Amino acid sequence: MNAQSRTKAPAWAIWLPLVLFVGFVALVTIGLYRPADRAVGSTLVGKPMPAFVLPAALPDRPGLRSADIASGKPHLVNIFASWCIPCRVEAPQLGALARAGVAIEGISVRDSSEALNGFLKENGDPYQRIGADDDGKVQLALGSSGVPETYVIDGKGVIRYQHIGEIRPEHVPMILEKLREASQ
Amino acid sequence: MTAELGLAALWLAAALAGLQLLAGALALAGRGTSLAGIVRPVAVVQGVLALVAFLCLIAVFAETDLSVKLVAMNSHSLKPLVFKIAGAWGNHEGSMLLWVTVMGMAGGVVALVERRLPEPTILATLAGQAFVSLGFYAFLLIASNPFERLFPVPEEGNGLNPLLQDLGLAFHPPTLYLGYVGLSVAFSFAIGALVTRQVGPAFARAMRPWVLGAWIFLTLGITAGSYWAYYELGWGGWWFWDPVENASLMPWLAATALLHSVSVLAARDALRAWTVMLGVVAFSMSMIGTFLVRSGILTSVHAFAVDPQRGSFILALLAINIGGALTLFALRAGTVTEGERFALVSREGALVFNNVMLSAILGIVLFGTLYPLVAEAMGAKVSVGPPYFNPMGALFAVPMLVVLAIGPMLRWRRDSFPRIGRQLVIPAMLVGAGLIAMVAIGGVGILPTLGFALALGLGWASVLPLKGRNLRRTPLPVWGMVIAHFGIAVSLLGMSCESAFSVEKLVAIKTGDATGVGPWQIKLDAVQPMAGPNWTALEARLLVRYGDHGKVVQIDPQSRSFWAPPQQTSESALLTRWNGQLYAVLGGEADDGRWQLRLWWKPFVPLIWLGGVLIALGGLLALIGRVASDLRRIFAREKIAYRRGRMADLERAQSEDPS
Amino acid sequence: MQESAENMAQTERMAKGTVQGTIKAKHQRLVLLVIALVVLIGAALLAAWALRNQASYFYVPAEIQAHPPESGRAVRLGGMVAKGSLKTEADGVTIAFAVEDGKARVPVRFKGIVPSLFVEGSGVVAEGHMGAGGVFEADNLLAKHDENYVPREMKDMTREQAEKVMRETTR
Repeated sequence: MNAQSRTKAPAWAIWLPLVLFVGFVALVTIGLYRPADRAVGSTLVGKPMPAFVLPAALPDRPGLRSADIASGKPHLVNIFASWCIPCRVEAPQLGALARAGVAIEGISVRDSSEALNGFLKENGDPYQRIGADDDGKVQLALGSSGVPETYVIDGKGVIRYQHIGEIRPEHVPMILEKLREASQ
Repeated sequence: MTAELGLAALWLAAALAGLQLLAGALALAGRGTSLAGIVRPVAVVQGVLALVAFLCLIAVFAETDLSVKLVAMNSHSLKPLVFKIAGAWGNHEGSMLLWVTVMGMAGGVVALVERRLPEPTILATLAGQAFVSLGFYAFLLIASNPFERLFPVPEEGNGLNPLLQDLGLAFHPPTLYLGYVGLSVAFSFAIGALVTRQVGPAFARAMRPWVLGAWIFLTLGITAGSYWAYYELGWGGWWFWDPVENASLMPWLAATALLHSVSVLAARDALRAWTVMLGVVAFSMSMIGTFLVRSGILTSVHAFAVDPQRGSFILALLAINIGGALTLFALRAGTVTEGERFALVSREGALVFNNVMLSAILGIVLFGTLYPLVAEAMGAKVSVGPPYFNPMGALFAVPMLVVLAIGPMLRWRRDSFPRIGRQLVIPAMLVGAGLIAMVAIGGVGILPTLGFALALGLGWASVLPLKGRNLRRTPLPVWGMVIAHFGIAVSLLGMSCESAFSVEKLVAIKTGDATGVGPWQIKLDAVQPMAGPNWTALEARLLVRYGDHGKVVQIDPQSRSFWAPPQQTSESALLTRWNGQLYAVLGGEADDGRWQLRLWWKPFVPLIWLGGVLIALGGLLALIGRVASDLRRIFAREKIAYRRGRMADLERAQSEDPS
Repeated sequence: MQESAENMAQTERMAKGTVQGTIKAKHQRLVLLVIALVVLIGAALLAAWALRNQASYFYVPAEIQAHPPESGRAVRLGGMVAKGSLKTEADGVTIAFAVEDGKARVPVRFKGIVPSLFVEGSGVVAEGHMGAGGVFEADNLLAKHDENYVPREMKDMTREQAEKVMRETTR
């Protein structure tokens, strides 16, 4: 902090700004990379999906096994229920995603096949397979605390993204982007 | 197609920046002097290409081309056109593109017009500028390509954050960016001067317009940002010491110090190493500010999309640029020869004092902003607010303001207080009167009291440099200084009055009922629904009257709901009089049909921003004055060169004639 | 700022007259340097001291119950707005509610306009201080603004909350 440039300024004074700056960089690097700060989503993101086998929820299509999903192609796994209001809100978006060629698998939580049929008739049916999770165990194993939730899972069966709450129209580009990333 | 054109222009510009760096460095190293010739043209073309890329981005936003990912994520077909265009830079990728565009164009202008400095210094400066730009180009092209396509094409975009859907805010970030980029030019000049060891008045004069320009934009940006927070957040405050606000204040503090030390260097050839140091620090603060805002490492009330990945990229750029510059400084500063000397009591002395105080305030703000990170590293969650910033800042701002009143009257090199003592009698008496008045009123805090008194004294003292001058022949930079310093007094007066005399009232009343705040009588006439292009709102109609005999005026605070993305904001209603502002916010409906109203009467509060505008205006006058005299000098030199050329022609003609 | 010719000429004249002045100037510059260093180091020390005293710490209800902050000290309280606890007082602008984190509840009073996303069951960060009788007096409420703005402390909170829900449902 020399008031006047001097030929014989003390060496430490000249290096002081650099030392302070290195301290700053070290501090923010710690702040930026400390994992606790950033774990906003599920702790399962980046980990393989837990193994499960769910029986068919409807007679017209198969149930869901974790092995079905790790098939080399990214999938959306949607946890839903016919009794859940936000699930109706997100149904058109899931329909749009399905029409765009996205493979969507369903896990219906604590549901009956009659109610489920009614729900799909009324709100559209984007699902390839639907597994019946009657006691909510698979839902909990996936780290989901409510319905609806949607997971982006890559071809190796690794969870890449967890979407909590309903998919709104403005989320669709982001979901497509996550699927694209998952396919790389 | 437009998107691909923009991307191609961006890649070309990046390649040219690489060429500019390489050619400049090789020419400096003494290899290939022929390369030296291409540096300037390359810099100009690079700037043009960056501009083309940016215009392409604006075009895809204007036509809402949803196949471009950035548009889909940030725009919406229902948005008004001006916000579609503003959306181009209202996001991370676009703002970074704006950054490189302005930087490239600034480099081009330097390459075109700057002829005063020795050629090696210019080469080093342009190479430095290219180095910094290259980092940002890499950032854009690798980590955040603004022209990336999206497939399948979504049917509708993701909207723009309605909090940001505001004219003032649409142009606020670019204003700050112009400031930041201006400081990047100053930074490049500092690097160029360090590399070639050419630190002197010529360097200061070349750098000064850029510092002045950057400083004007920063001043305007901070003023506008403060006003935005004031009316948009609906909290009645005008400065929250929020990390985003601090991020814009810190470069301003550094630029203010730099501006003054550059003047000393230009006029007296003193403060050589210090000025170079400040040039590096000022740009560091811009980058640190951008980093803090964009990385989301600190929590802020100002909504910004944050991404730690990008944060680490900016951090890496920051570490390379600033770490490199500081290392260069440490290696070279010892070899920069000593500048002119001066006495403690002199214009230089006062400016050094101002520099030290500004640096201290800068340090206080920086520490306070970063402290939550330090605390978190030690396991505690804290936030730092006005109880820290206000008294700590004032501790150094008060002596600085005192010297600010005296400094402009001191002579260069050495002076004595008795010589100017008589002139200071009236300002000192004004300070005393202000103190007595505030104490007599009673119940006013110590900071507003001091601020009020100092504002009065400073207001008077700031125009004293005009005394005894022929006002018509007073140079523009002197006018600039006087107006900027007067602006500080005006702003300070506004802050002090707002803090000392504001009255607040919070009520719940039925339509048809009346209330009051300060001298105002207020009647809630009606609350009705309203619809805008992409929002609905509840609007209250307030009939207000100043005093018993004032005219009845209607103001309409709103509570707005947007639907893409769903969000609510409150639009406060402001009514400005010469002596203050009435500020009304509509809250929610209570169960029994009453409406919540929050009302403030804030005497003289507009002076805060009026002062800010005056400060910027002062800067503008100084800039015009400097650039005009620079241009005159250039023309004069060209005229001489032209005459010399004609003389040479004549002589040649004469010598050739006889043969 | 300005460098008018007359001013410059005057200073030149003065400088020529005083050889002594230059020697003295050297001495004075040392003084200047020392003053500058003292001021800046003083600023750093003061800042460190003030930060320790003035920074407002973040509490969750359980921490407030275990180690209540001294009353009057600015702190922030984060948690969930307890279901069924939100009441508006007769003046229509003062509200009382409880903030909970699953382990403890802290009563809060706030006078003002609440953010639109503030409802029972939502997350909130209240800025204020502990008042008499163990009631937290809030000056400001921050609710979740939009998906881009969540106070960082609240992110942790919702995750803990989610984990708690999970633990309870599996039991």
